[in-house]
Amino acid sequence: MELAAFTLIALIALGSALGLILKRNAIHGALFLVVNLGSVAALYLTLGAEFLAAAQVIVYAGAIMVLFVFAIMVLIPGKEETGPDPRRPLRWVALPAGALLLAQVLVILVGTRGPTPVGSPAPGGVEAIGRLLFTDYLFPFELTSVLLLAAMVGVLLLARRRT
Amino acid sequence: MVPESYYLALSAVLFSIGVVGVIIRRNPLVIFMSIELMLNAANLAFVAFGHRLGSNDGQAVVFFVMAVAAAEVAVGLAIIVAIFRLRRRLSVDDLSLMRW
Repeated sequence: MELAAFTLIALIALGSALGLILKRNAIHGALFLVVNLGSVAALYLTLGAEFLAAAQVIVYAGAIMVLFVFAIMVLIPGKEETGPDPRRPLRWVALPAGALLLAQVLVILVGTRGPTPVGSPAPGGVEAIGRLLFTDYLFPFELTSVLLLAAMVGVLLLARRRT
Repeated sequence: MVPESYYLALSAVLFSIGVVGVIIRRNPLVIFMSIELMLNAANLAFVAFGHRLGSNDGQAVVFFVMAVAAAEVAVGLAIIVAIFRLRRRLSVDDLSLMRW
């Protein structure tokens, strides 16, 4: 049962990822990416990471993708990537390169034994994550606030109209 | 119980799809979305490893990755908008000059 659910979600994730890189229209790609992010959130749920699943939907699908769709709407009138591609033969290199990378990552991630698995899952839940974030990871947690502030100021500077 | 290696394999495939997308596409926005795909694949691997080790540290790291990704998307889209204002078209092949 769990395996069937995993297989279904994984197929949705793979299909939407392929749709993202193969569809010519950027808006279709953005919608495929939303589907992909949602399926990854479902995978987080099956791994017992409820907080991350919620954060994924809110931050990625809610905030980041809205920004993407907004940028696509502003920047691209109708269609994109028109005209002949002068480097079309070169781009076929991507397929063997991607296959090689996939083989390497698979060997590294799946092939190696890695650390010994622990039988019992962590006492999870939002409470455990919050406790971890405010004890062991307190300093990085505070740093992210500085990072977000810096990003905000930088975006304002970049998007300002030069007069 | 689905073994964690299945999740790791899925994350490897998603990451490779993202890399291929970065190579074959010409639209910087689609390239950006492919990078988001790669970040998500890495996040999935983090969560799967955390699940295998029975610790919550993987989830904490994913939280930080999400925060950094949000900042990165905001800055990157601002840069793309600035380039578009300057050049009126959007193709990474035109952007060979690192000059304003």
